[in-house]
Amino acid sequence: MSLDTSAPPSFNIDELLTDRTTRVVVCCGAGGVGKTTTAAALALRAAEQGRSVVVLTIDPARRLAQSMGLRELTNNPRRVMPTAQIDLAGGALHAMMLDMRRTFDEMVQAHASPERAAQIMANPFYQAISSSFSGTQEYMAMEKLGQLVSADQWDLIVVDTPPSRSALDFLDAPQRLSSFLDGRMIRLLSAPARAGSWGVRRLVGASFGLFSRAISTILGGQMLADASAFVQALDTMFGGFRERATATYELLRAPGTAFVVVATPEADAVREAAYFVDRLAIESMPLAGLVLNRTHPVLADLPAARAETAAETLQRSGNAPLAAAVLRLHADRVALAARERRLLARFCRAHPAVAVVTVPALAADVHDLPALRQIGHLLCKPQPAIGGYWLQSQIQD
Amino acid sequence: MWSDELARARLHVVTGKGGTGKTTVAAALAVALATGGRKTLLIEVEGRQGIAHLFDVPPLPYQERRIAVAPGGGEVRALAVDAEEALLEYFALFYNLGFAGRTLRRMGAIEFATTLAPGLRDVLLTGKVKEATTRARDGIHNYDAVVLDAPPTGRVVRFLDVTRAMADLAKVGPIHSQSKGVVRLLHSADTAVHVVTLLEDLPVAETLETVAELDRADLRPGAVLINRARPSRLPQQWATTTNNATGSANGQVDADRVRTGLLASGLDLDAAVVDGLVTETVEHAMRMHAEQQARARLADAGMPLIELPDLTDIGGDGVDLGGIYELSDVLHSQGVR
Repeated sequence: MSLDTSAPPSFNIDELLTDRTTRVVVCCGAGGVGKTTTAAALALRAAEQGRSVVVLTIDPARRLAQSMGLRELTNNPRRVMPTAQIDLAGGALHAMMLDMRRTFDEMVQAHASPERAAQIMANPFYQAISSSFSGTQEYMAMEKLGQLVSADQWDLIVVDTPPSRSALDFLDAPQRLSSFLDGRMIRLLSAPARAGSWGVRRLVGASFGLFSRAISTILGGQMLADASAFVQALDTMFGGFRERATATYELLRAPGTAFVVVATPEADAVREAAYFVDRLAIESMPLAGLVLNRTHPVLADLPAARAETAAETLQRSGNAPLAAAVLRLHADRVALAARERRLLARFCRAHPAVAVVTVPALAADVHDLPALRQIGHLLCKPQPAIGGYWLQSQIQD
Repeated sequence: MWSDELARARLHVVTGKGGTGKTTVAAALAVALATGGRKTLLIEVEGRQGIAHLFDVPPLPYQERRIAVAPGGGEVRALAVDAEEALLEYFALFYNLGFAGRTLRRMGAIEFATTLAPGLRDVLLTGKVKEATTRARDGIHNYDAVVLDAPPTGRVVRFLDVTRAMADLAKVGPIHSQSKGVVRLLHSADTAVHVVTLLEDLPVAETLETVAELDRADLRPGAVLINRARPSRLPQQWATTTNNATGSANGQVDADRVRTGLLASGLDLDAAVVDGLVTETVEHAMRMHAEQQARARLADAGMPLIELPDLTDIGGDGVDLGGIYELSDVLHSQGVR
């Protein structure tokens, strides 16, 4: 099979990070592709280049916090202290982790009188929705991003996105939650006679009454009442969730925002990345490029077939077991790299304009700032000659 | 190996960190459990149509469809549970709301209702799973086993335990009594929650956290299924070496020895190629060492461990149907029944 060997545009991350007009970088992608680590590495790199950066992580491994010298990450930014090896030369790095419950609480406290806030927070429906509704985390991530932007204390904000089932949830969930909390339906359900226009009532007629009764039997009338009280309280506070969600959504389209899509060379992750790239285009949200994490570039310019033959010869002679093993291992690696390259080539053919950078898998996990810095370094390094996926002549399928 | 306790379970919940291949493993498990003339049901609940994609069939409707035959005359059916459909099913059952239901759906009312109660969605989904698991005729179960492709590790305990929260929220009504039945099944010996992992740091850490969380919620952890396990290419004394004579600390092979070995082999390799091969070998050895440590951490959890091979030789688009049968054979040979 003849593979498309034309390289995609290379993703120049340093250019993105040093450009002072870049104010918000959003890292997104499927779960488990290294979004959080990528976000932290980008933030560190930008800080090293003299920018004042805050990185908002969503669900970091404890180790990531430790790698930045913080015992834990909290809902408020904490300063990452430079070490002997890491000199932030005028820049500053702050890190934080989204606490969705606390962010929601703060939002309520900021917009309601103390009594009112206490009343809302005691509502069982609020407790449920602020800690377990599936869109809450995405919504609160947006809310927090909005807060960070309006605080205007940093000149670059790097955001990780929630570990959603699919990368697109990040864009959809806030809208879903806000239209849900908007209250029209809840009001219809809790007091159908008063709410809604005459037209709506006529349209739905008796079946809605039946539905409303069915719902309240299934859920329990108390719950509906709690929900209704909660939504009405919120409504008077800040005039509708929808507007708020729309405002944060607009933020993502504003100049200065850039999306970085992260994937690993696995079919599912690349497919999710492709969906996300398409979706960003539809929403006119600016895509900076694709980071393909954990690749396995071939490091020795030796065709797999030759390595296999040599390994076989050595094995028959029986006196160089180590060399034979090394050659077999190399052949495996060539096959793996070929598979990864095919996946990427397929993506690039469908998205020829998307800039790409590949980051080789590290043998060890990230434990400290120097390791995080190494990732930042790999993100910005020109693609290695043999290791790059583009030199077809170097690798035989 | 599969324990006797696991062999008695009828509902197999499969979870795992995103990207570990949980849907593939769930499918292979459904085939393995159907081997030898049994009948199993594979259920997905996240609206992703992952099963259809894997088996290369059109999107699954809200209906149990046969999707595969298992070795020895078994049969695997599949079902994509949709919360809205499940709610309409309830309405039809209890309120005779069949036709109006469709109108309401168009209005978005059903979606609204399933999002109204955080957890109602999950209750409806687990409720359907319970119904399929316990469905019987003349005392004989419709399915010998049900395999649930569950939400990922981060959300699975909330998903399985939400029935409790729900039972507290809705004090009366059909959902309430349904929730109680679901809670009973999920916390019984009929249910086992398996965790799919890779031999990497984060998935292993999440696996261990999930097992602890399952224990706290009084749900039963089943087996740990290690996906994409790769054999070590290095001779035994090199593969797991830590601090012995042949390797230096941290599992790194001695680069000089690799180099000497290559040069002594009589192959005509130029210096750059030798350098590259040495680096590749050192990386491989480090990874094998890290995997060995991951295995040891998993073994400490005291759950049955089953390793499934990496199927990288299959084309670019992940595991295909043949791969599922290959994995199912491995599961079967590990005593899955």
